[in-house]
Amino acid sequence: MNAINHTPENPGMHADVVAPTYCSQRPWSMAAMVFGVLVIAIFSMSLGHYPLSSATILDVLWSALIGRDSAQGSAANNVVLAVRLPRVLAAMLVGASLSSAGAAFQTLFRNPLASPAILGVSAGAGFGALLAMLLSAGGLMVQGAAFAGGVVAVGAAVFIASRLGRGSVLLLVLSGLVVSALFQALTSALKFIADPLNILPAMVFWLLGGLGQASLADLIYASPFALVGIAVLFLLRWPTQVLEAGDDEAKTMGISVRPLRLILIAAATLTTAAAISIAGTVGWVGLLVPHLARLLVGPTYTLLLPTSALLGAGYLLIVDDVCRSAFSTELPLGIATAILGAPTFVVVLMRARRQWS
Amino acid sequence: MVMKVEGLVYRHEQALAPVLNDIDLILGKGEMLCLLGPNGTGKTTLLRCLIGALRIERGTIRIAGKTSTTARQLAQHMAYVPQASGESALSLLDTVLMGRTPHFRPLAMPGRHDHDIALTALSRVGIERLAHRAYNRVSGGERQLTLIARALAQEPSVFLMDEPTASLDLGNQVRVLRTIRDLAADGLSILFTSHQPEHALLIDARVATIADGRITRTGPSSEVLNAETLSDLYRTPIDVVALNGAPVACVPRI
Repeated sequence: MNAINHTPENPGMHADVVAPTYCSQRPWSMAAMVFGVLVIAIFSMSLGHYPLSSATILDVLWSALIGRDSAQGSAANNVVLAVRLPRVLAAMLVGASLSSAGAAFQTLFRNPLASPAILGVSAGAGFGALLAMLLSAGGLMVQGAAFAGGVVAVGAAVFIASRLGRGSVLLLVLSGLVVSALFQALTSALKFIADPLNILPAMVFWLLGGLGQASLADLIYASPFALVGIAVLFLLRWPTQVLEAGDDEAKTMGISVRPLRLILIAAATLTTAAAISIAGTVGWVGLLVPHLARLLVGPTYTLLLPTSALLGAGYLLIVDDVCRSAFSTELPLGIATAILGAPTFVVVLMRARRQWS
Repeated sequence: MVMKVEGLVYRHEQALAPVLNDIDLILGKGEMLCLLGPNGTGKTTLLRCLIGALRIERGTIRIAGKTSTTARQLAQHMAYVPQASGESALSLLDTVLMGRTPHFRPLAMPGRHDHDIALTALSRVGIERLAHRAYNRVSGGERQLTLIARALAQEPSVFLMDEPTASLDLGNQVRVLRTIRDLAADGLSILFTSHQPEHALLIDARVATIADGRITRTGPSSEVLNAETLSDLYRTPIDVVALNGAPVACVPRI
């Protein structure tokens, strides 16, 4: 219709051009990433004091899947099915959960510094878990208390924000900050009164995060919440992307903004709380991985979310491999994700700065 | 008539005086209506009431004959073009595709058909070759045109535009105005706010002046926009200059 003062064409600057992402969602690159994660998973199962080849692992898994006895012997069977498979599944579930929740929150809050912990889920889960430990509860009780603590903390943050003002993202984040601070203080109080010989070390260890204790039972209880949460985030990826235009604008494009926001917060919180209940408070993953994904596929949320989930699964597998194999004793996962995460994040910041100036 | 507002009253807080008082507006098919008024008199507030972002205290807003509807139903009839801002890194195409949302079934994703409509909308405002550019890497004028294209992709009957020519250079202002005029000629009804009365004169839009939360004058721009009305509205002496007998420019006296 009419020409306009166009910005000069600059074919050398790829960053200006965003790949088209309207419908196909690039099935092949997604398939390639799924394959990559599976390869890392098999490799991770081969690592450890009891050496196993990939072929052995595949045979054990295949035999278990079709319900026949494996020809690999009971030791290999035990190591793969009872020890390494749960751990690898847990790593993938935790990585995918934290990363998709992180991607959702970064988009929802329109803030690249948002992490899954921003509304207090980690602080609440830590308090819940430690309270259960103080009361000498068993493993599954600790897990359940962590999950409940995380959900309660986020519920409190959302409630406080809704009392302060309707539908303000800033108030929500500030409420999350307050609730986090409160639960962290309560957690410190629990550590202070805990028996320093018997209970305190277990508490500290839980807070550092780790997959060494992850059992098949943990997975069976936690994975439905995590998977349902991820599925909800995935199904709502289009309206979530429209939220990026701003609340008023999204509303004029037919989005019911406040119900959508509450559903997304609920889904991301279930997902994160389930992950923390398995692995403890593992930081940095939910903040870092969505930025890595953004470098790979660009800012389009509909692509960013599944990419973050897959990348998160692979990333946590690798970090857990390092935790298990780098030293003679196991390194807590939360320490490794922070030590690896901090410098990686700086690199990502340097590469990505242009995107969100 | 496409949009009819009757007796609209809005206040920020119960105890305070109304920000908008007894507003009546009528917008016919293919009509352009320019809202003029000093800063802080409620132009933007009125737009936000009309898009449903603010809850009105009294009055009715009828769009396509209906009063209250869901966000989704409203969005099928009315599109909002905000002032171009933000630092979204999405491509222009992805940005325009958002406009298709009110036509989706729940949980649906845009398909080939929506993609075609988005590209058509971009070409209608003349920037389809920038479809894969990132929004934060194009000029202010191109951003404004992108948001117009996004509203076009919504296939509405009414456009509400918040200062569509603000912070654009002279050339881009004219291009946006030309786009507005062409869209109205195609049957779209357009309500826009402006701080430049001559823009209403340029495209021969109807004008509604708003002062202290009330509509003070409405009518064709060539009739309403005289030196007296404008000086009164902006509380400073303003002359209206005519060219070949038709008013074309508003010149304030310092």
